[in-house]
Amino acid sequence: MYLKLKKSYFDVLDRFTPFLIIMTIVSFIIGSYFALYGSPPDYIQGDSMRIMYVHVPSAWWALMSYSVLAVSCTIWFITRNPFFNLIAKSIAPIGAVFTLIALVTGSIWGKPTWGVWWVWDARLTSMLLLFFLYLAYIFLWQAISNKDLASKISAALAMIGFINVPIIKFSVDWWNTLHQPASISKLSSPSIDESMLIPLFIMAFASLCFLITMFSVRLRIEFIESRISRLRQKIYD
Amino acid sequence: MTSPVKKRLIKFLLSLIVLAISILIIVYNLRDNIVYFYSPSELQDLNTSDVRILRLGGLVSTGSIQSETNGIHRFKINDGNEEISVKFEGILPNLFAEDKGVVVEGKYIKDELFIALKVLAKHDENYMPPEVIDSLKQTGNWQGE
Repeated sequence: MYLKLKKSYFDVLDRFTPFLIIMTIVSFIIGSYFALYGSPPDYIQGDSMRIMYVHVPSAWWALMSYSVLAVSCTIWFITRNPFFNLIAKSIAPIGAVFTLIALVTGSIWGKPTWGVWWVWDARLTSMLLLFFLYLAYIFLWQAISNKDLASKISAALAMIGFINVPIIKFSVDWWNTLHQPASISKLSSPSIDESMLIPLFIMAFASLCFLITMFSVRLRIEFIESRISRLRQKIYD
Repeated sequence: MTSPVKKRLIKFLLSLIVLAISILIIVYNLRDNIVYFYSPSELQDLNTSDVRILRLGGLVSTGSIQSETNGIHRFKINDGNEEISVKFEGILPNLFAEDKGVVVEGKYIKDELFIALKVLAKHDENYMPPEVIDSLKQTGNWQGE
């Protein structure tokens, strides 16, 4: 497997990292201020709805990360360009962490609002499945020592698992769920008041900055690791 | 485009079609089992001769909540068309209120009484500060309950 990518590309990426870290920290500080002090409580739920500012962005980026994973696995499957394998391997653990944050914060939110930590409704169950898909993708890479075989099997899993993404998105519309339907959709105006929508978007931006920072760091690590394994193979050959 | 790339693209598209059809068949046949709760109308159409545990969801009817001192609560759940009486012994969740969404889990007895073992409050997708609701109510523009 030959990598056409040059180290200099990743050095450019590395130069952006401090800027990304600063963006993440600053937007998290501004976002946290508005989420905790600069915004009103909800008229029914009171202050417990503030967990939304962490829960909702995490769920958004968990789904977006899986889409990136599935698309890059598809491009790898067709073109066999190893760069897309690096993208997929880099985004998977980040997406898994965002899914876990969405599940845990959702559970903490569920107790005061619904009265239970967990229910097996369509939204919660499909989100748990997303977490297991991420874990399965990561573990497949570690379990199979033949890299070519590992690429094929994990890509197949990522592509098949993509069917879960629209199921998560539309689960609240297709079936009766305890989870609320979407508050923000393209077709109608958001059912969240502007005073809560702005902190939500700042927090979403902050989480996205965090995601991109982690991704650029992980992409560089994956590139270096692939180089090491290629050099090692050369020595053994 | 090189030939192996074209080959893999065709393989990918074919398996995508097969996968999409099989998932559609599974989801279509599972649609009744994926439902987390039934509405009062659906529950009355359902054959409930077997006393299995099921869930009922809807809005708590206005003025229907009767709480007794021994912790027994009686209320009605409606979906606009049908209404079912519910009996529950225990502590109600904080968000439980008239005209608000609720999901109860328990047994449906033939004579239109639902014995709830668990009560879950369901909240909707609307988020608003209390001051906005107050001003909407004052100007008479409040559309909600």
